[in-house]
Amino acid sequence: MTKNSPDKINSRNVKVDVRYLTRVEGHGNIVVDVKGGRLTKCEFQVIESPRFFESMLVGRSIWEAQHLTSRICGICACGHSLASIKAGEDALGIKPADETIMLRKLLLYTEILDSHILHIYFLVAPDLLGVPSVMPLIKTHRPVIEMALRMKKMSDYGGEVLAGRHIHPITCVIGGFTQLPSREGLEKLYKMMCDARADGDETVKILRTFKFPEFQRPTRYMSLTNDGEYAMYDGDLVVDGKDRVSDKKYKEVFSETIVDYSRAKIATIGGKSYAVGALSRFNNNGDKLNKKAKSVAKELGLKAPCHNPYLNTLAQMVEWVHCLEESIALMEKILKDGLSREKIVVASWPKRSEIGKIKYKPNTGIGCVEVPRGSLFHEYTIDDTGHIVYANCVIPTNQNMGNLEDDMRKIVPELLGRRTQEEITLDLEMLARSYDPCISCSTHLLDVKFV
Amino acid sequence: MKKQPKPKVAFFDFTDCEGCQLQLANMGNTFLELTELIDIVNFREIMSEKGEDYDIAVVEGSISTDNDVKRIKEIRAKAKILVAFGSCAAIAGVNGIKNRTSLEVAKERVYADKAHTINTIKVMPLDRVVKVDYYILNCPPYIPEIIAVFKSILMGKPYPLPNYPVCVECKMNENVCRYEKDQECMGPLTRAGCNSWCINNGNRCYACRGLLENPAADGAKEILEKYGLKVEDILNHFTLYNDPQGEKYDQEFAR
Repeated sequence: MTKNSPDKINSRNVKVDVRYLTRVEGHGNIVVDVKGGRLTKCEFQVIESPRFFESMLVGRSIWEAQHLTSRICGICACGHSLASIKAGEDALGIKPADETIMLRKLLLYTEILDSHILHIYFLVAPDLLGVPSVMPLIKTHRPVIEMALRMKKMSDYGGEVLAGRHIHPITCVIGGFTQLPSREGLEKLYKMMCDARADGDETVKILRTFKFPEFQRPTRYMSLTNDGEYAMYDGDLVVDGKDRVSDKKYKEVFSETIVDYSRAKIATIGGKSYAVGALSRFNNNGDKLNKKAKSVAKELGLKAPCHNPYLNTLAQMVEWVHCLEESIALMEKILKDGLSREKIVVASWPKRSEIGKIKYKPNTGIGCVEVPRGSLFHEYTIDDTGHIVYANCVIPTNQNMGNLEDDMRKIVPELLGRRTQEEITLDLEMLARSYDPCISCSTHLLDVKFV
Repeated sequence: MKKQPKPKVAFFDFTDCEGCQLQLANMGNTFLELTELIDIVNFREIMSEKGEDYDIAVVEGSISTDNDVKRIKEIRAKAKILVAFGSCAAIAGVNGIKNRTSLEVAKERVYADKAHTINTIKVMPLDRVVKVDYYILNCPPYIPEIIAVFKSILMGKPYPLPNYPVCVECKMNENVCRYEKDQECMGPLTRAGCNSWCINNGNRCYACRGLLENPAADGAKEILEKYGLKVEDILNHFTLYNDPQGEKYDQEFAR
């Protein structure tokens, strides 16, 4: 080998050590070690400081759980709120009105719109355009960035109209909402959503020009599923489109183990890693997408089942279109029929005069929703005073962690000899980013009893 | 006039949900305008560039590991101005609930037999470890306040936090008092500045901004007594955001 030969020829020894992976939520490291052409270490380490939410919930009132668990994650605050509320209602035996559920679905759609666009433009696009972040793009691609911010603003405004704000929503509580969205706000949001269609079309065009790395690894894909619609707010759990079980039996579907190098536990189905998120939902429920979303999937060349994890970003765009169209349809219904205050509006806590009179019985409640990154579970056990004695939250990023490592184990040997160490590092960073990991969420989870 | 160089700003996150940084992205075009006045050199959540030369450090999250202590001291040493961004950084926020249980129990509950591998310490707001020059309160931060604080920083002026209760803003917004609606509310004891955000939206105040410096305990007590609320009832709510001032209140009310 000559002195000037590119190091890709000599990539029998590769060390990737990405400390504090950037452009993800939270702190994670990628550590890969190849010695003499053999992969000796391949880890995705979560090094975020643990937050102990499950411990913090113990002893708090069930009525406080939404407010507290919303703070698990700034980006999926509405999703955590909804999973928490569903678990709380399950434990308390409360059934919300259909109109409440409609508003919750709308709120969840706006969060998916918001998170997916953040991921596509701010976290993924810089890699595909060969820049280190969105900052240089503000100068070179200003109209596109302004469009991305406009799309983000639309979905963020959705949170504001429907729940007071998107980050740590105010009005969505056990039993309903503390306030109805204003007519004025709904009309403005409706207009913004209709206008966003053009931005969506433009984004699809941009995504078509991106070249994603080619990589295939079939795995197990888990998500909610629902006969009536593309499941987001509720449904049964399904793996690879079959073996449907109630979401209340989630502990029978997968199990979790603690690994030494990470603050997060790793989840497995039958001892094997699995994936959750946009691509899993698309693979399981793609036939339930609305017409527009199906045509966008076709335009982007996305077909179920898709086994390339890098294409999760495309599945997110398909879901963005789906959620936008579903939201517009729901908004049209709301604007036409109006909303019933009596059915929806509740106080966030029992009234003062009722405190002490309410009878609680010890019970366990489970709530699952599909959030941008996959299936999210909250489980609470309450005592006869309505206080939490046990809590468990299973976050999508944790479920994806084992799958990401298995992807890394397969892709690294494929890249050796073809790509430089620097290129391999970027490929792995992009792979991790494609899962849109939300590490701040994933660091407190987990029920010790699984182990 | 000679153009001043733009101040270099770095964003850092410690133990938290990263919602504070996301609020910046939610500022939309105002954020783009802000980037014309400042030069963002480090913002891990959205940037791969890692500038280590900065004038202003905007820090979110609480201190909860030995490594956090080391890191915040390093940041303080480099920054001319340090901003505590959001409730977790300013008052420890919901993270502080952890302190109400022994660390051993908390670790055991979450990590079981691997508990010994977890490095964690009592949760602290930034100013328990380093000097803080500006505070942006609220969970999540209130965008008009973010803008107001940045303006003060750029003009080289202090940003005095309001020292009156949320009730003042709530009255101006013509909300019906939660106590009149047979509910509870932390408004009478909580530092204003959020424009009574949660109450405007039909909920109650949860004290995410922390408590007033001067508790005006007599006034607050009067409200509580008027509505037949025991001091202990409301003290329970102090622990949600774990304001260190809660201890002070305890003493004030005990008098």
